[in-house]
Amino acid sequence: MNRVAEILRHVRRSPEGRLGLIILTAIILAGAAGPLFLPDPLAQPDILGGANLAPGTGHWLGTDQLSRDVLARVVSGARISLTVAFIAVALSITLGAAVGLVAGYVGGWVDVILMRVVDGALAIPRLFLLLLIVAVWEALPLAAFIVLLGTTGWFGTSRLVRGEVLRLKTEPYIQAAEALGARRHRVLFHHLLPNTAGPVLVAATLGVGNVILLEAGLSFLGVGIRPPTPSWGGMILEAQEVLFVAPWSSVFPGLAIVLTVLAVNLVGDAVREAVDPQHA
Amino acid sequence: MTNTPPPPPAPTGDILLDVRDLGIGFVDASGTETIARPVDGVSFSLRRGETLALVGESGCGKTLTSLALLRLVPAPGVIDPASRVTLNGRDILTLDTESLRALRGKRIAMVFQDPMSSLNPVFTAGAQIIEAIRAHERVSSSAARSRALALLHEVGIPEPEARIDQYPHEMSGGMRQRVMIAMALAPEPDILIADEPTTALDVTVQAQILEVLDRLQSIHGLAILLITHDLGIVAGRADRVAVMYAGKIVEEAQTEALFAQPSHPYTQGLLASIPRLTGPRSQLRPIGGTVPEPTRWPTGCRFHPRCPQVMDRCRSDPPELLQIGRDHRMRCWLAEGS
Repeated sequence: MNRVAEILRHVRRSPEGRLGLIILTAIILAGAAGPLFLPDPLAQPDILGGANLAPGTGHWLGTDQLSRDVLARVVSGARISLTVAFIAVALSITLGAAVGLVAGYVGGWVDVILMRVVDGALAIPRLFLLLLIVAVWEALPLAAFIVLLGTTGWFGTSRLVRGEVLRLKTEPYIQAAEALGARRHRVLFHHLLPNTAGPVLVAATLGVGNVILLEAGLSFLGVGIRPPTPSWGGMILEAQEVLFVAPWSSVFPGLAIVLTVLAVNLVGDAVREAVDPQHA
Repeated sequence: MTNTPPPPPAPTGDILLDVRDLGIGFVDASGTETIARPVDGVSFSLRRGETLALVGESGCGKTLTSLALLRLVPAPGVIDPASRVTLNGRDILTLDTESLRALRGKRIAMVFQDPMSSLNPVFTAGAQIIEAIRAHERVSSSAARSRALALLHEVGIPEPEARIDQYPHEMSGGMRQRVMIAMALAPEPDILIADEPTTALDVTVQAQILEVLDRLQSIHGLAILLITHDLGIVAGRADRVAVMYAGKIVEEAQTEALFAQPSHPYTQGLLASIPRLTGPRSQLRPIGGTVPEPTRWPTGCRFHPRCPQVMDRCRSDPPELLQIGRDHRMRCWLAEGS
């Protein structure tokens, strides 16, 4: 669509945006294609002799205490982290946009009820809520984890979209569409929704960075993505015991987290700049 | 001449739209108490193929009146239940949502004041015209597109094939207003409400847009309700003129009669404030003051605080709309003395 294309063009032109896009693309490509060329991230070829090897020959980023290849695990972790983040954010943006659209457009008591629910949900810290659920749910499947992240992240987006809809509702072109006999759902999805694309895109990009951190945090606490599936947070957790013997097995996943979140936020800032040049 | 309240003109066969005692109230936050009546007892009718100009300053209730015809009055405005708006004998104000939607655009279409913000910025001109067509008719997208092209041609857009895929921001104000007119005409309405269609445009473009409206009216037999504050564009275009002040119609006449014999002091004031290029040079005489707020309509005649010919009774007694000539009515106590 025109507006989104325009925003992406702006992001590519800004220096931060381009740097972010380059790093992010590299990470995505590595996550997508890397595992084809790297050893099995779960394989423990030689626990006795091949554990805690320093970066170098054969293992570019060394091996961990179970003799697994750190590079292969970091790359697999990218695949998991990004997949989790993108799906969860897509889910939360969809939910948030739907609730915000309905609340803003329908108004009245529908709006009051929806927004009070959102207020209530926003009052509960997301991390605590997630911790509670995942701590109770012993064998949490990956899909359920993603759904949990998605369904707890839409509250802010719904307020954002509602505010946009309230503003857009008074735009003459919305009135013009109604005056020309456009159906209600048409006004909602065809006229209002695309015009909220800008702020929603900002929220989505920054949301991705947020979810990556959240997932890493939960995995580090041992309640997110469960071993042996490699996740960056989980790798740092496992490598704690050997922090001084083999620092590379925790430093590299940590670097991966920092680099990814940094890249996502660079892109997010550039998107924000494109959407709202005054608040650059 | 006559002192009896005017009988509403007998509806004849060719009356398309009839508005009786239209009142719009602004309600307070609880939705129960009316705190202002920006439109109060407005009646007029519109015949097939004619142009009726609704004239008045900003804030006199013209736009609200026109929005009420489509039941698009924005909150906190509420249309009085006693009002009647009939289109071909059918009461618009009691229609259910779907019949109302089917009527909007299809029978009564509207061109808005500001072409800059009345087109959706994220869709091409063509997409918006096609949407207007398909809101009312099941047609294939290729058929709708060729009709959109014909419409763009009809409203005088050069190279419609190139323009149809352009976005509003790629067009000038005049172009956009032409696109708006094409959108409004797409469902082939009977009535076109043009709310200050040229106010936001350059003078030279204004003339072109008005010319387009005139041409389309003669081709399609449209009835036009022209809302404007500019008596200059009314002359030679409208068949009849209704002058509104503070939520009421204060004078109504055939256009020639109104210009030849403006009778209400407000109409006289409006005419005296238009610059003229011909005739003896005279000082422009603006009307002092501004339209009062709808929450504070003056008692008696609502124009009395600004009226140069104010009399004692004007301050206390509201005048009725009185017949002062053939098809000529005004709401002023001066009518009694004449």
